[in-house]
Amino acid sequence: MISRLYDDKSRALVAASIERRRADARGLLFRSLLQVCLLMTLALLAVLLLTVAFDSSEQLTTRLWDFLGGTLRSQSSDDKLGVHQGIYGSMWIAIIVALLAFPVGIGGAVYLEEYAPRNRFTSFIEVNIRNLAGVPSVVYGLLGLALLLNGQFFGLDRFTGGRSTLSGGITLAILVLPIVVITAGEALRAVPVSLREGAYGVGATKWEMIRTQVLPYAAPGILTGTLLSMARAVGEAAPLILVGAVTGRLGDNPGLFEVSALDDRFTALPIVITSWTQQSGRDVGFATAAAAAIVVLLVLVLIMNSAAILLRNRFEKKRG
Amino acid sequence: MTDTRAAAAKHSTEQLTVDQLQIAPSRRHREVIIRYTLLVAALVSVLVSTLIVLSLLREAWTFVTEVVWADTWGQQGWFPRRGLYDIPTIIVPTLIVTGIAMVVAAPLGLGAAVYLSEYASQRVRAWLKPALEILAGIPSVVLGFFALTWIAPNLVGRVGRTTFLVLGAVILIGYAGVSALIARNRLKQYREGAADPSARIAAVAAIAMLVLVFAVAAGWTLNVWLDFAPNNAGSLAAAGIGVGILTIPLVASISEDAMAAVPDSLREASAGLGARKISTATAVVLPAAISGIVAAFIVAISRAVGETMVVFMAGGAADASRFTDSPFEGGLTMTAAMASLASGTDNVVGEGLTFQSLYFVGLLLFVITLALNVIAARFVSRVREAY
Repeated sequence: MISRLYDDKSRALVAASIERRRADARGLLFRSLLQVCLLMTLALLAVLLLTVAFDSSEQLTTRLWDFLGGTLRSQSSDDKLGVHQGIYGSMWIAIIVALLAFPVGIGGAVYLEEYAPRNRFTSFIEVNIRNLAGVPSVVYGLLGLALLLNGQFFGLDRFTGGRSTLSGGITLAILVLPIVVITAGEALRAVPVSLREGAYGVGATKWEMIRTQVLPYAAPGILTGTLLSMARAVGEAAPLILVGAVTGRLGDNPGLFEVSALDDRFTALPIVITSWTQQSGRDVGFATAAAAAIVVLLVLVLIMNSAAILLRNRFEKKRG
Repeated sequence: MTDTRAAAAKHSTEQLTVDQLQIAPSRRHREVIIRYTLLVAALVSVLVSTLIVLSLLREAWTFVTEVVWADTWGQQGWFPRRGLYDIPTIIVPTLIVTGIAMVVAAPLGLGAAVYLSEYASQRVRAWLKPALEILAGIPSVVLGFFALTWIAPNLVGRVGRTTFLVLGAVILIGYAGVSALIARNRLKQYREGAADPSARIAAVAAIAMLVLVFAVAAGWTLNVWLDFAPNNAGSLAAAGIGVGILTIPLVASISEDAMAAVPDSLREASAGLGARKISTATAVVLPAAISGIVAAFIVAISRAVGETMVVFMAGGAADASRFTDSPFEGGLTMTAAMASLASGTDNVVGEGLTFQSLYFVGLLLFVITLALNVIAARFVSRVREAY
């Protein structure tokens, strides 16, 4: 019986029935449907970038330096129209975010991952941070408005000067704080136990162990998270509108490193883009100006994002 | 040093004292100081949430106690500077924008995620994932500009009416199909366990609900289609598509994570039984990852409800708006109402409660997004428990 199954004819039959290519029409359709989803997403991204590049070319090729050095104007044909005030605001907002949110966020993450006892209070803090990360950005603007402009709770308006770069920066630092804590916490959790035990084994205290072993090992991951959150802060506009960023005309044009202007009225790149986009209905020239401002903003944000992505990929590869 | 200690230990009766083993007091003090500094850093987040809730409640309470409630329902629109706060005027456009955003983001994001997780080769993934991350990193103001200058004239203005009817019909037929399936199952359950009268009530109620929702949606679609006026300026539809594009990467990344968490042994078992790739993907991986995918949709809805700039720029309304339920007209969402009230002028002025109305809307938004996020977190933890 068995030997009969092994004769050539049966073998050929079995082989044919296994190897015969059957048309899998449904599978093919499904697969191409999925590809269409992905391609449409990428096509939208491409159209977006092309539209911006096309619209901005006029401003960026004919008067790049004037545009980078110019200020907010009421006419799009004005020679002095440009984004300098926006760059000033966005740059200092990024600096304030780095100074406030990074130390507090990383410190909080170190406490939660390394020190905190596993009890209800700790998990309350963790849940609280997770929920904060999902609060819409415009609500943070309301907090900034109450806390920093109207001086509720602590009377901070005297310190920030009300509607100022400082207020905007502090509001956005509060906005990205939960993101910094969460990403830094993930990086800290990835540190192997053996490193910690090694440090304890040679007599290190807890903080010495953290400082010499945990933080250096987690540094790339933490840096990735901070870069991403900084990019988020630089691109954010809604909270700034609530804390009174200027959308119309702004007289002052401080030099990029003029610290004394931090408590003056301010604007930022996303606000400039918003304002010009909205004015493009009345004055079409503003559409090209807005596109050019978008290019400036995207260059800043994409540099931060791609640095973060590259950094992460490199270290992921290294550690396998 | 070890030698002297050893020598000392030899001569004394006690071999080692507790004091000798303790660390230097300065080192210990530093440990304590650092520990408490870090605790303070962790508590900042609690302070932030407390301040958010307090500031929202304080002004919102003034609004709730002092507003004329007759002016918040059934008025002609949202005119805060005149003291008319018609709440449906900002709620209905929020629903429209969120709905359109999900019609765009759910299939595109989920499709991209299934492709990346089940089909794409390592090399293709290495290219596509960063591309999606770039899209995720694009600031919302850029999408606002794109929605107003490209989506509004090209997608909404030109092909709006036909697309709307076709898409509306597809969604409604799909909805009717799913409803019919649910109704059949309910009726079957009822027949099998016919003794329980509550099952009958539940079945009838569920079917009535499905029919009602279908009728309202169909009527609304037809009404909007008949009223359609092409319009190159901003509209809720343009803003909704913009918000949808913004949330595609969010849907894609969360649902891809959910599918990546499905153990390979399930895929191998499915393949071992002779299933084709499509069957493995749709009948094994997707059901196993369903909690995560639902969570992705809920998070995306929460994000779309809270998105401000795209709607503010491309929603086609100034700081006041008449009531509208058509996606082809300009309208104010909750977030856009807040942004436009705060922008432009130096102070939020107008009728007495204008400033407080800002915080009232903020509180509504806060509660809605918080509830959605908590539900999404529940779904995610269900995935974690399963594997």
